[in-house]
Amino acid sequence: MASIGTPTQRGCSGAVAGDREAITRLIQLQGDDPAALIEVLHQLQQIEGYLAARSLHQVARQLRLPLSRVYGVASFYHLFRRTPPPVHCCAVCLGTACFVNGALELLAVLELRLAQQARAGGWVLERMGCLGACGSGPVLRLDQGLAIRVRLAPAPKLDAQLEAIGLPPLGRATAR
Amino acid sequence: MSKPAPARLRCCDASACRNAGGLALRQALLAARAAAGLQPTSLAIGAVGCLRLCGRGPLVAADGPGGSRLWGGLSPEQAALLVAAAWVDADPPLALASPQASPPASPPTPVPPASAPLASSSDPLASYRLDLSHPFFSLQQPVVLEHCGLIDPDCLDQALAHGAYSQLRRCVRQLTPEAVRQEVRRSGLRGRGGAGYPTGLKWDTVALQPPGPRLVVANGDEGDPGAFMDRTVLESDPHRLLEGLAIAAWAVGAERGYVYVRAEYPLAIARLRRALDQISQRGGFGVAFTGTPWPLRLELRVGAGAYVCGEETALLQSIEGGRGTPRPRPPYPAQRGLGGAPTLINNVETLAAIPPILRQGGDWYAAIGAGNQASADKPASGATTATLGSRGTKVFSLSGAVVHTGVVEVPLGMPLRTVVETMGGGVVGGAPVKAVQTGGPSGGCIPAALLDTALDYEAMASLGSMLGSGGMVVLGPHTAMPELARYFMGFCVEESCGKCLPCRAGTVQLAALLDRFVAGQAEAADLDRLEALCAMVKATSLCGLGQSAPNPVLATLRHFRPEYLAACREEPRWA
Ligand SMILES: Cc1cc2nc3c(=O)[nH]c(=O)nc-3n(C[C@H](O)[C@H](O)[C@H](O)COP(=O)(O)O)c2cc1C
Ligand code: SF4
Ligand code: FES
Ligand code: FES
Repeated sequence: MASIGTPTQRGCSGAVAGDREAITRLIQLQGDDPAALIEVLHQLQQIEGYLAARSLHQVARQLRLPLSRVYGVASFYHLFRRTPPPVHCCAVCLGTACFVNGALELLAVLELRLAQQARAGGWVLERMGCLGACGSGPVLRLDQGLAIRVRLAPAPKLDAQLEAIGLPPLGRATAR
Repeated sequence: MSKPAPARLRCCDASACRNAGGLALRQALLAARAAAGLQPTSLAIGAVGCLRLCGRGPLVAADGPGGSRLWGGLSPEQAALLVAAAWVDADPPLALASPQASPPASPPTPVPPASAPLASSSDPLASYRLDLSHPFFSLQQPVVLEHCGLIDPDCLDQALAHGAYSQLRRCVRQLTPEAVRQEVRRSGLRGRGGAGYPTGLKWDTVALQPPGPRLVVANGDEGDPGAFMDRTVLESDPHRLLEGLAIAAWAVGAERGYVYVRAEYPLAIARLRRALDQISQRGGFGVAFTGTPWPLRLELRVGAGAYVCGEETALLQSIEGGRGTPRPRPPYPAQRGLGGAPTLINNVETLAAIPPILRQGGDWYAAIGAGNQASADKPASGATTATLGSRGTKVFSLSGAVVHTGVVEVPLGMPLRTVVETMGGGVVGGAPVKAVQTGGPSGGCIPAALLDTALDYEAMASLGSMLGSGGMVVLGPHTAMPELARYFMGFCVEESCGKCLPCRAGTVQLAALLDRFVAGQAEAADLDRLEALCAMVKATSLCGLGQSAPNPVLATLRHFRPEYLAACREEPRWA
């Protein structure tokens, strides 16, 4: 059954090193069709977690497309990642409904909170578009899970809620 | 669904309810049924599409001889109670309580004892009951969504039992393409993707191109933040879209087509994939549904996160595997599209309206909302397209600061107030509605004072907003309008494809100007700059994204100018 994660976000936790043959096969399954480039990149990213340069070269060769075309497409679409995914990511929905319910303020709180972990290479904060949970906003995605109704609240209460949904506990280092 | 079961639980399995724990609840219900020693034949439990009130998910409906009942926000621990309740026949309905009024964990309010033993006075699920006679449900007129929430979206047999593909069969076996197009013209259906172009006219344009191959495309990119109508159709009744698209293909003479869906909708993608597999397992559209060798082939294409790909010429680029950048029109895709062939592009909801239009007739559809038209005819300042009218139903997604969030399908011409206040319940906490944002980043907002405006293409446009694709975000008193305008401009900066300068650079400058208003650091001259820049970007951008990027600014300026004035510093900077 399909997970709720978007194809790219599946790569969030840990990538596997490239497997040349797997890539060859997935492109063959698309009939070596240059029009399937976007689908190929989706599947590639699902396998490897991101679009590595070496893999993009292989895609270009096998689909007989100029490398510039493959890079052009890989860089045009927001969901394609050209660097390895972070170990953990916390994505904040910035769709209109969540915006109206305080998503920007929540983003600011999380930015402060995760600044530490980001430096340690652990957590990365991302922004995402509407997920269709608009009735339960603001919405966060933590790795594969979804946290709904993360309403802004006085610090201790919000901290407790954020911890409860799996964010690392607040360190004592200076927040800036 | 061979014969009606004595009792049936319909569990919403669309994404909002899944996100709220719908899957776990359904598993728990199945376990509770087994634990109670019940057979599936006496209590059916199944997944269905969206039950509309998405904000109260996970939703479960129970059908019995006494009618239907609905619950929202149940947790798996309550599954046994719900299985038991499905047996007791319909009891007096409860008010559609607001979320505040019924905190999920609180016990039900005690009611006077000593009522009949069977009555629901001690119903432990009372505070989760939702009243199906509330206007949110009772004012809906499901046409596009007629089977949404009734059938299992993964099950072709259930769709067929509800009449799926019977109109496709009728078209291919009994109607000429011209006759199909005539019915669509009569219906007065206009494109639901935003622009409102008459659908019958577009079909004619494609059909009447010089001989040669044609293609059809369903646009399921639905990028407007706050819009989730198309997702609801795709997740709840994928075969409905496929039937509409197949009929469109017949009507314009196409034998190939694509469904383009944004990657952010994984559940919709999975369901469409399965629906297409079900059809190819039966030998394809022709063999499976028409008994003819009609060779129609439909394929799924998935986007990769680019709002501009919803624009039709960009969509074509993306389907061909390229960067989704728009190109100038004409030639329109209807003249030159995929591979240079005439290509029909319609929105998902537009296509999903086609099967009932053919079943009931174009006149039937055109009559829906017609009564609203005369009375709702606002003194629309010189609207020229009045003859087009706004007929039929439209699906809206209601979200933001509103009490009841979810999906509604209503006749066009209905006053906006009815949707937002009567159906939606107004703003959470009883605060007054400040405005309603419609049309997403290309749209505008309707202030509270104008809530009696009809949901009508021309009436909305005359107020500087637009009916748009159907996203409706309700704003409460705390939303500052310059901030809202800045939010949408930020969206456009992010999503501009960069192909033309006015949009690429103009949106950045507009955002910077708006920042000064948000910070309360603007000067009076900034207001003039803002308006001049808006006019420039609007007039000179290549595609609809740039052309309409200034709309939220212009609309908020028009209706909430004092907020911009108040954001100007007292003294001019040079003083
Ligand atoms: C920036 C931009 C984004 C658009 N996004 C969508 C979209 O997500 N879905 C859609 O159906 N139409 C979208 N449109 C409108 C399409 O270009 C096109 O008019 C529509 O798909 C035609 O179908 P219809 O006549 O059935 O409405 C967009 C237009 C622009 C300019
Ligand atoms: S208006 Fe904006 S989105 Fe449209 S083509 Fe120009 S730069 Fe691209
Ligand atoms: S706006 Fe956040 S989920 Fe829709
Ligand atoms: S998704 Fe369950 S009610 Fe809409």
